Amino acid sequence: MNLTLRIWRQQGPDTPGEMTEYRVSGISEDMSFLEMLDTLNEELILRGDRPVAFDHDCREGICGACGMVINGQAHGPERTTTCQLHMRHFEDGDTIDVEPWRAGAFPVVRDLVVDRSALDRIIGSGGYITAPTGSAPEAHATAVPKEAADLAFEHAECIGCGACVAACPNGSAMLFTAAKVVHLNVLPQGAPERASRVRNMVGAMDAEGFGGCTNTGECATACPKGIPLTGIARLNREFLRS
Amino acid sequence: MLMASATRTNRANRTPAAPGRPPSRAAALWRSSVGKKAVMAVSGLLMLAYLVAHMLGNLKVFFGPDDLNGYAHWLRTIGQPVLHHGWFLWLARPVLLAAVVTHGVAAYQLSRRDLKARPQQYVHRRRQSTYATRTMRWGGVILGLFVVWHILDLTTLTVNPAAEEGHPYQNIVASFSTWYGGGIYCVAMLALGLHVRHGFWSAAQTLGVNNPRRDRALKAAANGLALLLTAGFLSVPVAVMAGLVR
Ligand code: HEM
Ligand code: SF4
Ligand code: FES
Repeated sequence: MNLTLRIWRQQGPDTPGEMTEYRVSGISEDMSFLEMLDTLNEELILRGDRPVAFDHDCREGICGACGMVINGQAHGPERTTTCQLHMRHFEDGDTIDVEPWRAGAFPVVRDLVVDRSALDRIIGSGGYITAPTGSAPEAHATAVPKEAADLAFEHAECIGCGACVAACPNGSAMLFTAAKVVHLNVLPQGAPERASRVRNMVGAMDAEGFGGCTNTGECATACPKGIPLTGIARLNREFLRS
Repeated sequence: MLMASATRTNRANRTPAAPGRPPSRAAALWRSSVGKKAVMAVSGLLMLAYLVAHMLGNLKVFFGPDDLNGYAHWLRTIGQPVLHHGWFLWLARPVLLAAVVTHGVAAYQLSRRDLKARPQQYVHRRRQSTYATRTMRWGGVILGLFVVWHILDLTTLTVNPAAEEGHPYQNIVASFSTWYGGGIYCVAMLALGLHVRHGFWSAAQTLGVNNPRRDRALKAAANGLALLLTAGFLSVPVAVMAGLVR
């Protein structure tokens, strides 16, 4: 496949950026989107140009590092991570726009790399349980109702990629925060800190400058892990009863 | 790259904690984005309940002047003899005014916050969400302006062509017989339908009563309610303009 790419290039956090056009050829439809960018970068390096900076780590859809907005959609046209997006979802001759996550709370570091540490600080404010560590407890020591376990698992799938923030017209981190709060608040182990957790995490989310939720639903549509929009309703309930 | 960036803290755009005493519960609620949105949902639902009653009352127009004017008079006798004549309306008005004002102020403050949180738009734009969802802000502004017009038209009668105090039937017919009177009303009611279509379901989400099992029922209820309100309210100006109500 031959493709035209228009990629956001920005030298550093405080320099202006712009969309820059590149052509790549010989792309196989079995390549992932990141492998396609690797191909471009090899050419750029051979030409003596600066390669396109993008985040990536596991390349198997579990670390959440590889965020970028492809043709206006977080992680591109399929509901998956960019590393798991295959080029077969594009046509030969396509023009593809690639931009970084856009949110006030996610400043651009370089090109497609943004600083997502605001999400880490939300986790730091309550996304854990306070418990003595040591050897793993006996698995059946605390009984967990099946329904609670399923709900916790569903919400624990969040990989912190930030696609929800990137997709939301308000740059809101509600789906991310909901995933973490619901995961821990429905479990007996999370119960003692239930109220303070949700209050602190919502407070941290607001302090980081994320927008509020207008129940637009773009986040849940973009989420590669299928965190449900109703998770936000649960977060709201946890907050209001705290 | 990730690890390097993850340790960078960006404190510049974080708001510092307020000094002094911890805020009261109400202040904490109002200050947080989730709490403020809940205030919006409650004030919105309050207005919605009022509007359902208002719409049903308006349908009395179809039973003639005596029926409607008698109904308007009865409204002023609610609560008698405990309350004095007309007091019920004067008790309801501050509540509604408070709902409109808090709803509007919260909408303004939250919208400011939302716009600031996405300072740079995407170059490649995509149409997002439903029409009702996208028009909440401007639709809300239209509704706010309409409320002012509506009060000047049919409550204070300042801009009403007939302006007969105590005769709402005649005032309604006079207002809706002008092209602007009927037009403004119709546009506002369409905006109301859209606002309620997203708003009712959204309020359920905001107040935490939505869950996967209720989601579809709540969306259907929002659509039904929006349709019922809009159709009910619209039937009056349409009937006047068609000459059915004179
Ligand atoms: C003063 C004029 C009004 C303005 C400026 C306004 C504005 C807004 C805005 C910006 C939202 C949030 C939209 C979103 O989350 O995407 C909203 C939500 C809502 N509005 Fe209004 N609105 C007005 C009047 C009304 C009226 C007359 C009603 C009564 C039917 C109403 C009912 C609602 C409801 C139920 C919600 C949902 C609250 C939530 O999302 O939790 N609004 N309004
Ligand atoms: S909720 Fe979904 S989109 Fe948001 S950070 Fe978690 S995995 Fe990514
Ligand atoms: S590189 Fe880890 S999820 Fe894509």
